[in-house]
Amino acid sequence: MLKYITSRLLMLIPVLIGVSILAFSLIHLVPGDPARSILGEKATAAQLEALRNELGLNDPYVVQYGRFLGHILQGDLGKSIQSKESIGVELIQKLPATIELAIFAMVIAIVIGVLAGVIAAVKQYSWFDNISMTVSLFGVSLPIFWLGLMMIWIFSVTFNILPPSGRLTTGVELNTITNFYLLDSILTGNWVALKDAFLHLLMPGIALATIPMAIIARMTRSSMLEVMRQDYIRTANAKGLRKTIIIFQHALKNASLPVLTVVGLQFGLLLGGAVLTESIFSWPGVGRYVYLAVLGRDYPVVQSTILVIAAIFVFVNLITDILYKYLDPRIKYE
Amino acid sequence: MSIEPIPNVEVEQGKVKSTKSRSLGMEALFRLLRSKTSIVGLIIILILMITALFAPLIATHDPTVQSIPNRYQAPSSEHILGTDELGRDIFSRIVFGTRISIQIGLIAVGISMVVGVFLGAVAGYFGKWVDQIVMRFIDIMMAFPSILLAIALVAVLGPNLRNAMIAVGIVGVPQFARIVRSAVLSVKETEFIEAARAIGGKHGRILFGHVLPNSMAPIIVQATLGIGTAILDAAGLSFLGLGAQPPTPEWGAMLSDGRAAIQHAPWVVAFPGLAIFLFVLGFNLFGDGLRDALDPKLKE
Repeated sequence: MLKYITSRLLMLIPVLIGVSILAFSLIHLVPGDPARSILGEKATAAQLEALRNELGLNDPYVVQYGRFLGHILQGDLGKSIQSKESIGVELIQKLPATIELAIFAMVIAIVIGVLAGVIAAVKQYSWFDNISMTVSLFGVSLPIFWLGLMMIWIFSVTFNILPPSGRLTTGVELNTITNFYLLDSILTGNWVALKDAFLHLLMPGIALATIPMAIIARMTRSSMLEVMRQDYIRTANAKGLRKTIIIFQHALKNASLPVLTVVGLQFGLLLGGAVLTESIFSWPGVGRYVYLAVLGRDYPVVQSTILVIAAIFVFVNLITDILYKYLDPRIKYE
Repeated sequence: MSIEPIPNVEVEQGKVKSTKSRSLGMEALFRLLRSKTSIVGLIIILILMITALFAPLIATHDPTVQSIPNRYQAPSSEHILGTDELGRDIFSRIVFGTRISIQIGLIAVGISMVVGVFLGAVAGYFGKWVDQIVMRFIDIMMAFPSILLAIALVAVLGPNLRNAMIAVGIVGVPQFARIVRSAVLSVKETEFIEAARAIGGKHGRILFGHVLPNSMAPIIVQATLGIGTAILDAAGLSFLGLGAQPPTPEWGAMLSDGRAAIQHAPWVVAFPGLAIFLFVLGFNLFGDGLRDALDPKLKE
């Protein structure tokens, strides 16, 4: 297993180098002069030259890339043009908000998606199967930004039961330790903040969970249907085992492998989808950070943020692969 | 395992009557038409196509004409879906928006398909170092969540509808490349390709004249499903202000324009979003049915 993990880690190196080249190239795709694009038409020649020097745009590409990579390897993601702050520091402040939201959404997606998929498979062609699979088809077609706005209209504007934006209500105090608000409120025993943070997470979490939930439900159903036809399930039935034990301990365990792959892939997509969700719910995470950087043409922030998100995505996929091999030792990789 | 009847043989009152045999294409068409969901998808797509084609006849108002005294009118007989923040008729804007959405879907998927099919076909057919280079490049592209890469591309190219279509098209390339590569890998090992090589056929002719035409099924399915995804991504970009710009009646941009009014005029947001949903649903339902029809093994 250790050999496998080491070889997979080594295989990541060329991918991560490629990712860094792509992120680095972004600024050079700007039509015309990137400095002009950032500072606008009114910028003087001196201002433009100063920014070009600051960003190192006058050097040859190879030198620029070497410097970019060198800084990243030292943990220096550069400075934001708008805030003049270190991008690394800003990202560390904002990442917990996005990861908390993504994990919350993923938990909703897995719990509901797997449960719906299992019931749909066990009761194949029943009304539950038909309805849940139709709903899941609807789910993958839903624009999450529209769903988010509709939820705000229903739950915040009409019924006034959920907060429309942010992570905490103004006035609710919380001493942050990790910046994961749910965790921090538990660690500090602040139950008022826990309830408030949970309510703030509900709408963006559900909006973000919709598509993965639908995909997980469909994948679980088809995987379960395949497993339920296996001989060992028939044997378990013949032995007179309880249905719940057969479904959850025998079938679902083996049906969960393809589902695991989907979960890994969807987690990366959640990080991408967070840009839309965070902009709707004014969620102060990385998605909103990159969105504001795009609007402000803060290219270094855009470059560094997508690099970090891609790296997280790559590592999540690696963990999924490792888990896959751990759960099914029959799987052999070259 | 159940035994299925042979499709082109009918058993009637003990006699076996042979019927005209169907081609594989006809078989797939019959399977497609038997699927209720794909029929629903097809109907939605047809309605949208007709709407786009006859938009000037269907729309009740000019989609760009502003009427400030009529802003935020609730749905009524005069404005069946209400009016927006500039008093424009939402129904007419949605009707004309159908044209833009179809254009986005076709152009973005066209870009993904042309580039992805070429890369996947070359990688699968030539193998070895060509395959390694192309597929590592595809791996790198797939390391980025697609909507995020599209946002970054539009950020640098400049926010407008054309660049949004290009960005959405580019991020769709890896799916096509991977699907085509695997299809080409299996087709190139078949005997008729070996025969084409044996008679001295050139690589270009074998690949584009023989291998690709026999790998079309997954490409067609991916193109159909890709249109829905492309529209969703492009609407997302427009919603963020990075795609279509005012006064273009693009559905995502309409949602973005109306979000500030959600408290007192929810119809400004509700109907354009519903239009996006129906459009994407139509292509997803049809694409699903098409996949089952073209590859019955995947049905479950």
